[in-house]
Amino acid sequence: MKHKLEDLEKIATEVRRDVIKMILHAGAGHPAGSLGMVDVFVALYYEILNHDSKKPDWETRDRLILSCGHICPARYAVMSHAGYFDHKHLFKLGEFKSILQGHPDKRFLPSVETTSGPLGCGLAQASGIALAARMDGKRFRTIVITSDGEHDEGNHWEAVAFAAKNNLSNLTMIVDRNNIQIDGYTEEVMPLEPLADKYKAYNWSVIEIDGHNFEEIVSAVNKARAIYENPTVIIARTIPGKGVDFMENVPSWHAKAPSDDQAKLALKELRTLQGKIKEYGE
Amino acid sequence: MLKTNLYLSDNIFKKDIEVKFMRDGFGQGLLLAGEKDDRIVVLSADLKESTKANYFADKFPNRFIEVGVAEQALVTIASGFANYGKIPFVTSYAIFSPGRNWEQIRTTIGIDAYPVKIIGAQSGLNIGHYGVTHQGLEDIATMRVIPGMNVVAPSDYEEAKKATLEMAKIDEPFYMRLPRIDSPVYTTEKTPFKIGKANILTESKKPEATIIACGLMVYRALQAAKELEKNGIESIVVNMHTIKPLDDEIVIRQAKLTGAVVTIEEHQLMGGMGSAVSEVLSKNYPVPMEMLGVQNKFGQSGKPKELFEEYGLTKEDIVKAVKKVITRKNN
Repeated sequence: MKHKLEDLEKIATEVRRDVIKMILHAGAGHPAGSLGMVDVFVALYYEILNHDSKKPDWETRDRLILSCGHICPARYAVMSHAGYFDHKHLFKLGEFKSILQGHPDKRFLPSVETTSGPLGCGLAQASGIALAARMDGKRFRTIVITSDGEHDEGNHWEAVAFAAKNNLSNLTMIVDRNNIQIDGYTEEVMPLEPLADKYKAYNWSVIEIDGHNFEEIVSAVNKARAIYENPTVIIARTIPGKGVDFMENVPSWHAKAPSDDQAKLALKELRTLQGKIKEYGE
Repeated sequence: MLKTNLYLSDNIFKKDIEVKFMRDGFGQGLLLAGEKDDRIVVLSADLKESTKANYFADKFPNRFIEVGVAEQALVTIASGFANYGKIPFVTSYAIFSPGRNWEQIRTTIGIDAYPVKIIGAQSGLNIGHYGVTHQGLEDIATMRVIPGMNVVAPSDYEEAKKATLEMAKIDEPFYMRLPRIDSPVYTTEKTPFKIGKANILTESKKPEATIIACGLMVYRALQAAKELEKNGIESIVVNMHTIKPLDDEIVIRQAKLTGAVVTIEEHQLMGGMGSAVSEVLSKNYPVPMEMLGVQNKFGQSGKPKELFEEYGLTKEDIVKAVKKVITRKNN
């Protein structure tokens, strides 16, 4: 690990606070999924990706494709911490002419790699990039983040078959397995389990991890690098709304902004690590 | 009547005019484009022989990507290839691509203006036997509403080949529709072709109407113009091979010159080439217009000839429409 665990945790907490403030300020957004994937984004930008925030179009950079574009507040916040753009942009999320559009828009921010939001497309796009890279003998990795809910899309499974057919070992997918989608719990809306077995049946390598454990995230991606036979899916178990008690595991926080009071409470929880730390004067 | 500087076929109105498949023109053009530019890759959704992507596949197997019967993956994988820096041609039937994958085309190709070339082979009523489910009659409309998407409907083998070579060189998204059946090769290798520049095929000292056509209907329009000429009615035929960007200049100039316009296309009337022409004219120079196309109906099985008769796309329909539009102009 390039960074100490406590440093990564500190960054993640700051990012979570940014996410709450961004969504509060914007009055719209997807807090649960965003908070749930903060640790994965921090691990990616600080430990895993071969990238340079000052040269975002560097030809052999690793490509990070965010298929479920709706959790972009988390990616934006981590990118800002990692030096891609000034922190002040975060609070223009979804505003007119903002570089941080409500869903990732490559025209405004090329370093997001793809314009995304409509679900089920990201794995296919990442597969195209990975196959093109292999054709040209390029060594970079393509990592794609998908949500569990978007596994309902046929387009996604078309790409699952395609990536396996072409043994795209330079492609790694991280599934945000947080068990919620807009209409409720995934297993009620449209059951996905046995998800790992489905990928195994499609000839993917499967690694299951705790999506809030930095060491597990980093080690899973390293393992995936060493698998040359097929693409790897890392099923990251995450807690939607992670870090804020009243948001955790509650589907209704999938796509709703907090009120001022709720945001205050959320920020306090993040500041105190859900009550584990006493605040000054308490 | 025919313009002499376009190097049109010497046999243009002869019975033994050569007939060829536009799909073949595309396939051969793609092969040539692939030789010139190794960034070109070709994706197929289980239809490589029929779309004629097989010529490329045989010559460049490493740049040919088979995705199976999966049109959504077809265009989203192509988006990834373009994101990397390749020039993907995606090949299927019009009804499936762009029929089934419109939103993916809009989102993953259109917004970032990736140079993906979408080839909808087997468009139109002419596919005959296979019936309504396979007759792509809405593809011009659904593609031309996507900002920045170029839309091309070539009118013979040579033009399909040239269009393929041209679009390969332009760093923008394209949609090209191709019919199933073969058709007279009325142009030659030397006939000029430029994306966005309509070809005026005929000339006349006192033209009374302009016939604007695309695809298979261009040759039919020429036959109609010849028939009209016999009856003492002179008209100008325009090959509108590029529907977007439309050649506004020629449309307006022809409207001013003839004061009456007939459009014909093998597509739904709503949102098609004729609609594009009427959008330009209503804003710039309104003249009486007659529009021939499929009128809010689904097709069916049958021989192409039977279907063109049923849905009003024959030479006789054009002659009738020209006479009608001239009457409207003069009243």
